Amino acid sequence: MANLVEASGLVKRYREVTALDGLDLAVAEGSVLGLLGPNGAGKTTAVSILATLLEPDAGSARVAGIDVRSRPRDVRRRIGLSGQFAAVDEHLTGFENLVMVGRLYHLGRHRARARAGELLELFDLAEAGGRPVKTYSGGMRRRLDLAGALVAAPPVLFLDEPTTGLDPQGRRQLWEVIRGMVGGGTTVLLTTQYLEEADQLADRILVIDHGRAIAEGTADELKSRIGAERIEVTVTDGAALEPARAALARFAVGEQLADGRSRTLITPIAGGAPVLAAALHELAQAHIAVRDVGLRRPTLDDVFLTLTGHVSAPEENGQ
Amino acid sequence: MKALSHAVSDAAVIAWRNVIKIKRVPDVLVFVLISPIMFVLLFAFVFGNSINIPGGSYREFLIAGIFAQTVVFGATFTGAGLAEDIQKGIINRFRALPMSRSALLVGRTVSDVVYNALSLLIMALTGLVVGWGISSSVLDAVAGFALLLAFAYAFSWVMAYVGLLVPSVEVINNASFMVTMPLTFVANTFVPAENLPPVLRTFALWNPVSAVTQATRELFGNIPPGTAPPEAWPLQHPVLYTLLWAVLLVAVFAPLAVHRYRTSGRRA
Repeated sequence: MANLVEASGLVKRYREVTALDGLDLAVAEGSVLGLLGPNGAGKTTAVSILATLLEPDAGSARVAGIDVRSRPRDVRRRIGLSGQFAAVDEHLTGFENLVMVGRLYHLGRHRARARAGELLELFDLAEAGGRPVKTYSGGMRRRLDLAGALVAAPPVLFLDEPTTGLDPQGRRQLWEVIRGMVGGGTTVLLTTQYLEEADQLADRILVIDHGRAIAEGTADELKSRIGAERIEVTVTDGAALEPARAALARFAVGEQLADGRSRTLITPIAGGAPVLAAALHELAQAHIAVRDVGLRRPTLDDVFLTLTGHVSAPEENGQ
Repeated sequence: MKALSHAVSDAAVIAWRNVIKIKRVPDVLVFVLISPIMFVLLFAFVFGNSINIPGGSYREFLIAGIFAQTVVFGATFTGAGLAEDIQKGIINRFRALPMSRSALLVGRTVSDVVYNALSLLIMALTGLVVGWGISSSVLDAVAGFALLLAFAYAFSWVMAYVGLLVPSVEVINNASFMVTMPLTFVANTFVPAENLPPVLRTFALWNPVSAVTQATRELFGNIPPGTAPPEAWPLQHPVLYTLLWAVLLVAVFAPLAVHRYRTSGRRA
């Protein structure tokens, strides 16, 4: 199948900061690629280049087969962008916002209005459509923003952290909406900081850090690389970390990681609660004083810890 | 041809979006309609009795100055509106749409002409109530208003460029005052420029705001008979001088602003 989004060797620098450092990516037609990484990893920069908002310092990119540098306008006709900041006008109503976007896609007055009505219906905003957006909840704004990205029914959609800042309920609602869209055959590039979100929505996940791809695969592939579950033990005395590691080594299905500063040992396991019980027993046998213990699903931090050996980079300014 | 018609229709869509806000956003309503009334009343009644204009009435003298000041202040809207679009992130939506690259700026500056026209209408009505009048022909009066709007339009391109440079709406609101206050007060707007101390006097005589004011006074027939003709060239040819400034401002700042809009991506 053809790739509707393709980038190779993208580089973008802002003064001393290298936001992208030779990023390659490809999204097959009709599929969803999740671009996963911490703040400052370069996700938004990558999307901005693909959506023609920024020019790369080096490298090339094609969207829907069109070069983003030489024919940005033709690219814009074929993409929808929904960003981290709901890009809607608060003083206009939901309906007016969508009509405005439709007219700027040159749909014509009549079609723009019809399309706005359809999308409000589809996004469960029909009732609120006549109210100014400033009366909307955060989740409603995000849905409206997403609807704006779909006005021209573009073949390629960029979703830049679509659920950042939403409460869990709003997040789940938005996931439903996105899943519905993807069912319609749209090609999607989604950025997120949440492993769970990528897991829920993406066919393939590309993990990036410091502007570079560090791993790619399906959610299952990535998880199997880092272990599906982990036991996290915090010991009372830092000197007990090594004995704890030894005590739990036989349960580990992957590499164990110990962090001296937080006196925490992470052991990837398979088997769930019974294994946790056995592990606790083992620690008790070894007379290791435990302050805190838990069975956790892997998080983005675990992915990073495993793939890069460091915890996800601290937030950077200018994000 | 298609590109041009898109540029026009895109700008019209943006202008429509901004014009709607007059009835939606109380701040805009106050700024466009209420504060101009206040200015006219304040100056007419507070200064009206203490400043003497030889051979005429201060209220007649004052109105053109207030008109000029208000439309210059109004340009701040252009900058603030754009700064807000950047701050709220909606500018990235526009930049990712296949719309004309000039539409956001042209639409914004055009909608500000609508704002200014409304402000002028309200002020003219208030002026009539407090004793101002037009003693020239209808055509001259229309030319006077048109000149005010033309200068305001050109000046709003300056603010458009500034609005795209600054990080927030607050910055532009504060920063623009540092420019618009001296520009509108060190002029012949509220006192005759000839009465100012030497340095300020030179500035005032060459200040385009003085020329707009002078031109408007002449076109409204608000210059008392027997007033000595101005000595400075700009005030002797106020319409020409104003139009030259208008052309210059647009020629310099429109390309700068459009370039800035095209190239300034949100930092990521």
